Amino acid sequence: MTKELTYLDAIREALAEEMRRDPKVFVLGEDVGAYGGAFGATQGLHEEFGELRVVDTPISESAIIGVSIGAALRGYRPVAEMQFADFISCGFDQIVNQAATLRYRYGGRASVPIVVRAPSGGGVSGGLYHSQNPEAWFVHRPGLKVVAPSTAYDAKGLLKAAIRDDNPVIYFEHKFLYRRAKGPVPEGDEIVPIGVAATRREGGDVTLLTYGAMVTPSLEAADRMAKEGVEVEVIDLRSLMPLDKAAIFTSVEKTNRVLVVHEDVKTLGLGAELSAMIMEERFDYLDAPVLRVTYPDTHAPFSHVLEAANLPNPDKIVDTLRRLAAY
Amino acid sequence: MPPIKRTKFKLSPEQLLEMFYWLKLIRAFDERLSILVKQGKVRSGVYTGIGQEAIIVGTCYGLRKEDYICPLHRDLGAFLMKGVEARVMMAQMFAKDTGLSKGRDSALHSGVNELGIFGNTSMLGANLPVAAGLGYTFKMEKTDNVVIAYFGEGASNVGDFHEALNFAGVQQLPVIFICENNQYAYSVPVEKSMAIDDVAIRAEGYGFDGVAINGNDVLAVYQATQGALARARAGDGPTLIECKTYRWHGHSEHDKAFYRTDEELAMWKSRDPIPTFTTYLRARHVLDDQKQKDIETKVAATIDEALEFAMNSADPQPGEAVTDLYA
Repeated sequence: MTKELTYLDAIREALAEEMRRDPKVFVLGEDVGAYGGAFGATQGLHEEFGELRVVDTPISESAIIGVSIGAALRGYRPVAEMQFADFISCGFDQIVNQAATLRYRYGGRASVPIVVRAPSGGGVSGGLYHSQNPEAWFVHRPGLKVVAPSTAYDAKGLLKAAIRDDNPVIYFEHKFLYRRAKGPVPEGDEIVPIGVAATRREGGDVTLLTYGAMVTPSLEAADRMAKEGVEVEVIDLRSLMPLDKAAIFTSVEKTNRVLVVHEDVKTLGLGAELSAMIMEERFDYLDAPVLRVTYPDTHAPFSHVLEAANLPNPDKIVDTLRRLAAY
Repeated sequence: MPPIKRTKFKLSPEQLLEMFYWLKLIRAFDERLSILVKQGKVRSGVYTGIGQEAIIVGTCYGLRKEDYICPLHRDLGAFLMKGVEARVMMAQMFAKDTGLSKGRDSALHSGVNELGIFGNTSMLGANLPVAAGLGYTFKMEKTDNVVIAYFGEGASNVGDFHEALNFAGVQQLPVIFICENNQYAYSVPVEKSMAIDDVAIRAEGYGFDGVAINGNDVLAVYQATQGALARARAGDGPTLIECKTYRWHGHSEHDKAFYRTDEELAMWKSRDPIPTFTTYLRARHVLDDQKQKDIETKVAATIDEALEFAMNSADPQPGEAVTDLYA
């Protein structure tokens, strides 16, 4: 049984179902209580589960994550909400030094099953501090898992997987997709496993690796390229750490050409790692350099004109795909 | 500020002798470690709490197994009192495979969930939000277990201190915040890091009581802790106890501590918590020569055995540098 849900409703449904299933799951963050969250992701939870399991916190990102870690050590599965992914920097130390290292320094005798939900991304005139895509910071830190769903289906299934995972998982939910991404979502316990990519479009000429809000413009660009006789295989990574290397390499071996599209800035973004990894492990299969279409190395401006100039779009992706196909 | 509620908690002669044993063991453990560093047998990561033992003994004595402690980097003795074997702590200091973290990091940075010990990172004060999270689980479970969280006066200037104590105050959590005010944050004296005399008054800003006491008087620390424990167990929320003390050695064993005077050190050594308590016990005929000798023999044997175990334990295998990252 499936039903049509928005990406945002899918997140809410995953939270509610997991809280019903497991009394150890609880949510905490700024405005997540009776107000239902800045974007509404926790609407209805306060009424159903009460204030002990739906905790309105002070503006204290570090405490939100630190409290989550403490609860996780006692067997709970807290889901911490950062109101915006941009604010995650205020809780950075608790994530990268406290949560990420804990199992290692405990000699493997403990784990930190927390989820940090981080509403990320631009395209909404959010300006410098409501538009960021800081996923690479966390991919870079051993001990963390990082996911970034692009569809309502995955938003639900990946959040369930993240909650059930015994490791700290940073869950990047893209704000642009909240109400724009709609689609079939299974009712009940459908899990989207962490570490498994999804091929959104098959093609034999170019592999396009992307995730989050960049999947839709990538698919549009791929459709346009098809009219020019170039078949692009679009892979939605979904999980950024761990990466689905098998899916990536299988596609690379078939197409011999790779484009990475992400909304994060270029320098040391995920594309840098993907490119290096493919070079190291599949160099012999490549007929062209791995290319990237990304945000330029700049901040997220407020002006619609400036932001549009920065964001990857189908035109930019098509231009680069043409270069890659002709290489 | 209202005075902290004090009750006289009677201790039997046997209990007083146990406290005496712990004071002696913790002192002897740190002194042995200090020598081992000078001999080059322990490489680094040794931050002794010599001179501060009364705080650990006075706060940890009589805690339940279910209570949680969140020690700081000088509180090796807290690990011992909460149930970690001396030999395991020694192996931890030797970075051996038999230590708590299997050689990944030193004393403070590991913990034992089963014993209710949380091990912090090197980010001072970062244990406090975690302590609040542990306390929050006790609140959710409606149990009367308590968390004891330690920090230095230096860490009371860190943002996590504010976020954690504020959260604990708002939520009325069963957490006792123990400030070990040893007058120096590494080399910076307290007057250069705070514009107030007592960390204890900071509690008022979080809506609970704070009290400053003589941290070198084990019975004063015990009395204050018992009062705070009773309040926390009764659901009356947190307490901050500032224990004024002094660290005899440098910040680490490699620090010569030239930033302070010999006179100052001599003055504080005259307030050594162990002779003070010894005099008290002897005056009350709880302790005599024979009993003291027996305890000292037991302490020496415990440390010798721990050292032998650690020296004879295996180093971790090189491959273990990349294990225990994920559950």
